[in-house]
Amino acid sequence: MAMRIVAESAALLGAPRLIPIASAHIDGALYHGDSGTLFAERLVEGGARVAVRSTLNVGALDLMGCSRVRLEEPQRSMARRMMEAYRKLGCEQSWTCAPYQAGHRPAFGSDVAWGESNAVVFCNSVLGARTNRYGDFLDIACAISGRAPDFGLHLQANRRASLVFDVSALPRPFLASEIAWPVLGSLYGREVGNAVGVVTGVEKNPGEDALKAFGAAAASSGAVGLFHIAGVTPEAPDAEMALGGVEAEVTIRVTPEMARQAQARLSTAESTDHIDAVAIGSPHLSLAEFDTLERLLAGRRLSVPIHACTGRHVLVELDRDGRRKALEALGVVVIADTCVVVTPILPERVDGVLMTNSGKFAQYAPGNTGYAVLYGSLADCVESAVSGRPVFTRLG
Amino acid sequence: MGTRAEILVPGASGEGPALVLSAPISFWGGVDPKSGRIADVRHPQCGQSLSGKVLFLPGTIGSSSASSVLMELVHAGHAPVALVLHEPDAILLLGLIVAREMGWETPVAMKLSRDAFGFFTGKQVRVGGDGEVAILGTDSAA
Repeated sequence: MAMRIVAESAALLGAPRLIPIASAHIDGALYHGDSGTLFAERLVEGGARVAVRSTLNVGALDLMGCSRVRLEEPQRSMARRMMEAYRKLGCEQSWTCAPYQAGHRPAFGSDVAWGESNAVVFCNSVLGARTNRYGDFLDIACAISGRAPDFGLHLQANRRASLVFDVSALPRPFLASEIAWPVLGSLYGREVGNAVGVVTGVEKNPGEDALKAFGAAAASSGAVGLFHIAGVTPEAPDAEMALGGVEAEVTIRVTPEMARQAQARLSTAESTDHIDAVAIGSPHLSLAEFDTLERLLAGRRLSVPIHACTGRHVLVELDRDGRRKALEALGVVVIADTCVVVTPILPERVDGVLMTNSGKFAQYAPGNTGYAVLYGSLADCVESAVSGRPVFTRLG
Repeated sequence: MGTRAEILVPGASGEGPALVLSAPISFWGGVDPKSGRIADVRHPQCGQSLSGKVLFLPGTIGSSSASSVLMELVHAGHAPVALVLHEPDAILLLGLIVAREMGWETPVAMKLSRDAFGFFTGKQVRVGGDGEVAILGTDSAA
C-alpha cells in the first residue's frame, strides 16, 4: 500500500522516477479524526516498517505528562492508538516539530522525505538537504518504501531563486530584533507563495532560532518550501549564486511600512486591556530559548500562564537541573510532545486573548483555539504575563 | 454551459452549489475537520462550509496536514462533492489517494484554470466522473 501511494503521487506530480531517500520526518501522527488512526493501523496490520531513519512530529497528547490535554474519550484513545501505531512502524519517539534541533540533521545535498511545513523549510533552507513539502501519509509511505518521487526541490534546477526579497531599507534596530524574523517570514510567505526567493540585505547570520522562526512563519502564511538568505544559508554564498546567475524575475523591496503592516496583521485582537494566556514555542523551543525565557522572567511570578511548548529532547535537559520545576513554580506551563494549536490545552474561553511571539501561532491560534491573538516579542510576552495586561515596548 | 476538465484523482460524480474561494486556504488550521466549515478568521469566506459544495480552489497554502483534514472530511461525510483546482496539489490530494486506498468513496478532483472559476460563482454545478463540469442553473440559496 505504501509503495502504491508513493507511485500514485509520483504520477500525479509527473515525476518520471523514484529516488532513494536518507531519512524521513513524519507529520502524520497527529490526530485529526479517526481516519488517520485507521490508516496507520492498516499499515501496521500489513507488517510495514520504516526503511530509513524516521522521526515523528507532534502528536495530540503530552505523553511526558507535563501538561493536561483536554481531549475527551473516545478521541483520546484514538489519538493514543495513532501514536502507538507509528511507534510500531519503527519511527523514533521524537514528537517534535523541530527535529533539526533534536539531532536529526540530514547531510547537505542528501535527499529526504520530510513533512511538517516548518521542518521542511528548515531542512531545505538551513541544512541544504533536499525535500519537498511532503503531506501527511506520503511521508510515512516514503519512509516505508525508502523512495520518493523525483520532482520539485529534489532537482537542482528548482532550487534556484527566481525572486529577490530585499530588506536593506529596514532600520537596523528592527532587523536586529527578535520579532523581525517571524514578522518578515510572515510577509515573505504571503508575497512569494510557493516560489523560491533570496533574501538580501541581511548583514549577519541571525542564528538558528531566528531562521527557524522566519521559515515557520513563511510556511504558514504561504507555501514556502525553500528560501535563501544571501551570505547566511548554505546554497546562497551571495545573491548571484542563489539566482544561478540569472536576473531575478521580481524584486520585492521591503519598506518599513510593509514590515509594520505585516506585524499588525499578526494580531487579530481588538484593542484590549488584558490577556488570558501567553503561548510560545512554535516551532518547539530550543534550550537556548528557555535560557532567554528564564533571563527575562528573572524569578518573577506570572499573573497569567506562559505555555511553553517544546520537545522531549529539551525537556530532558530542563529536568536534569530542576529547571522545569522552577519555571512551573513561577506559572510557566511546560508542554512536551505537542502544542497549544494542535490539541485542546488552553482553557475554553469566549473572547479569550492569547499573546505570542510566534508567527506560526499567530497564524493558526484564532482558527484552532478560538482565542484572538496579540503579537509581540518574547520580552513583551513575559512582561505582559507578569502584569496580566498587554505591554509593548517601542523599538528604536 | 459546461466544460471538460482534466481528472487529477478519479472519484464519484455529483452535484452541488459552487463555492469559489477568493483566496488560497490552508486546510489544516483553515478548515474545521469535524464540520467542513472555514475556520481561518483571516480568510474572506470564513464561516462558510465546504461540505456538499463543488469547491473551486485558486491555491493552497500552509500546513502539510491538509491531506489529513481532507481525508477526515471524506471519512466523516463532510467532504466537498468535488474539488476543482487550478493546479495539482500534491499535499491536499493525498487525502483522496489514501482514502481510496482505505476503500472509502471519494469526490472527484479535477484541474481547471482559475480564470474560468468566475463563471461558476453562485451556480448549481454538476461534475461527472469523466471530468465534465456543467452549470445546472443559479444556486437558489446563493
